[in-house]
Amino acid sequence: MANDAYPAKPGIWGWINRRLPVDAFMRSQVLEYYAPKNFNFWYFFGSLAMLVLVMQLVTGIFLAMFYKVGENTSFDSVEFIMREVNFGWLLRYLHSTGASAFFLVIYLHMFRGIMYGSYKAPRELLWLFGMIIYLALMAEAFLGYVLPWGNMSFWAATVIINLFGAVPVVGPALVEWIRGDYGIADATLNRFFSLHVVALPLLLLLLVALHLVALHEVGSNNPDGVEIKDKKNAQGIPLDGIPFHPYYTVKDLFGTGVFLTLFSIVVFFTPTFGDLFLEKANFEPADPLSTPDPISPSWYFTPYYAILRSFPDKGAGAVAVLIAVSAFFFLPWLDRSPVKSIRYRGWIYKTFLTLFVLSFLGLMYLGLQPAQGIYVMLSRICCVPYFAFFILMPLYSRWDPVKPVPERVTFHA
Amino acid sequence: MRKFATCLLAMSLLPLAALAGESTAAGPAAGEEQKPAEWDSWHARNSLGDLSSLQRGARNFMNYCNGCHAIKYMRYQRMADDLKIPTSVLEKDLVAPGSQPLDYITTSLPPDDAVNWFGKMPPDLSLITRYKGVDYVYQFLKTFYADPASTTGTNNLALPGAAMPAVLSDLSGVNQAVFKQVKDGSKEFDHFEPLVTGSMTAAEYDQFVRDTVNFLDYVGEPTQLQRQFIGIWVVLFLVLLTWLSLLLKNEYWKDLH
Repeated sequence: MANDAYPAKPGIWGWINRRLPVDAFMRSQVLEYYAPKNFNFWYFFGSLAMLVLVMQLVTGIFLAMFYKVGENTSFDSVEFIMREVNFGWLLRYLHSTGASAFFLVIYLHMFRGIMYGSYKAPRELLWLFGMIIYLALMAEAFLGYVLPWGNMSFWAATVIINLFGAVPVVGPALVEWIRGDYGIADATLNRFFSLHVVALPLLLLLLVALHLVALHEVGSNNPDGVEIKDKKNAQGIPLDGIPFHPYYTVKDLFGTGVFLTLFSIVVFFTPTFGDLFLEKANFEPADPLSTPDPISPSWYFTPYYAILRSFPDKGAGAVAVLIAVSAFFFLPWLDRSPVKSIRYRGWIYKTFLTLFVLSFLGLMYLGLQPAQGIYVMLSRICCVPYFAFFILMPLYSRWDPVKPVPERVTFHA
Repeated sequence: MRKFATCLLAMSLLPLAALAGESTAAGPAAGEEQKPAEWDSWHARNSLGDLSSLQRGARNFMNYCNGCHAIKYMRYQRMADDLKIPTSVLEKDLVAPGSQPLDYITTSLPPDDAVNWFGKMPPDLSLITRYKGVDYVYQFLKTFYADPASTTGTNNLALPGAAMPAVLSDLSGVNQAVFKQVKDGSKEFDHFEPLVTGSMTAAEYDQFVRDTVNFLDYVGEPTQLQRQFIGIWVVLFLVLLTWLSLLLKNEYWKDLH
């Protein structure tokens, strides 16, 4: 792997490198991987998502050492972790707060991608891998939510799994197949544990690897949406690029510090986060005879839950949720604008994006409220800008009065 | 960035302020008046920092609640360690006959008898404050009233039709609830009138309930105080680390133009 510019090192390190390209890999992916120098606040969330993933894996490994899956043992074992395992409460709160932090970070990461047009060519595959990660993460979070076997675990599982009953013809059989029983029961809990700790983490790691490989192939977009690889110096290094290490490693270290500080404030001082991160109803053991009122999923699912409940018919609601989630996949082809970044887009696009964000947050709030009266009406109203953002995008992104894009990125030292 | 760092430091101090607020003694806030008709907005205002309140609460629980209610996730010894109850007192007054200090705090009420007497087994109270909240337990223990129509002779505002009798009426006395007629024909609770006086004054009984709720709050999550204590050091360490990493980042980035 050595070449003239990088003579082979002697000793054990050289021996290893002649057999495994450690140095060459570090050079091409970190030391001489050039990232645009104008990353702003929004570019912290990719590395933070990695951090949270690792944290969830590590705390999850330790939790699984003490958690006992089973309808008669799950709830008790979680309380055992909270009370009798050394620092078990910390492991559990890191994991439960981590789930919410994961979605917060991922939503901000996705919003960054949308805002700066990062899904546009040549980064369509990168975006698609990211979206599949998002889907896998939703599945992982849902499965994990069932494991403590609290009453909300039980009823959330009931509601979500029953959605599959809306599938034509095979619906009821499919629901039974997923549950492994005629109701949510021990069999369901056991398979959810298996999927949560083995299948989905493996899938997530694979997808994250693909996401990173695709990223390093095309290079990062940036807040100006300018391709830095179009302007290179004599050595072939992008003029607006800086080596990922040390510049972005130290910058991400700072971002990590800020994130961990805020994260720790939640973990140590308000781990339930006012019923949002850990719900009261889930401190009551699963009880098929007593329904919590209202049944609401975790905050990161409530936008879709609100959409589901906006429709009087369960089947129509399920289809609407399917469209609401999958619409993100089509963004690279729905967007017909000649520019990437919001900095150079016109008022039409900015209006649609603003309304989309407001409707997403509105639906998030409404999904936490009871499904009655004004809340359902407001959910329906919020659905309009949500779906219009995607459906009308091929039109408004073309009509949008865009501004000229500069040759080089804007950077103020 | 400097402004940001200041901001971060200020935020990290917030929990300290919250802790300072919590360490005041349990009791109603100055000038607070409990309006009977607004019983459902009464606050427990208990304080986990008040060790003697927790100790009194433990005594109350063992004397008045444990006959029927278990706290099955809690061990006697853990409670004694956390609440600084001397081993001699624990073994003499608190551990149930036949139990060891390392046992979980269960109840001696036989489930069959419980179903016979109350229609159901009284719930385990380990997590009652976590899923119902401290305010609910406080309101529940303060709003029993005489109701000849019910099987127990009493009823409760927070839990209408409660299977639990007013077991604390020796202390609190027995109240009669006065309802007023509302326009649509239904009745709405207005205030209590004492029917039989108890051994405690209203203020003493209020303190009794607060102490008991405080203890149950502790039982719901015994590590709460430890969590906040560690949290302060973790957050201070992270603020320092973040500040240093900002200096490091600025050092590297100052050469870029």
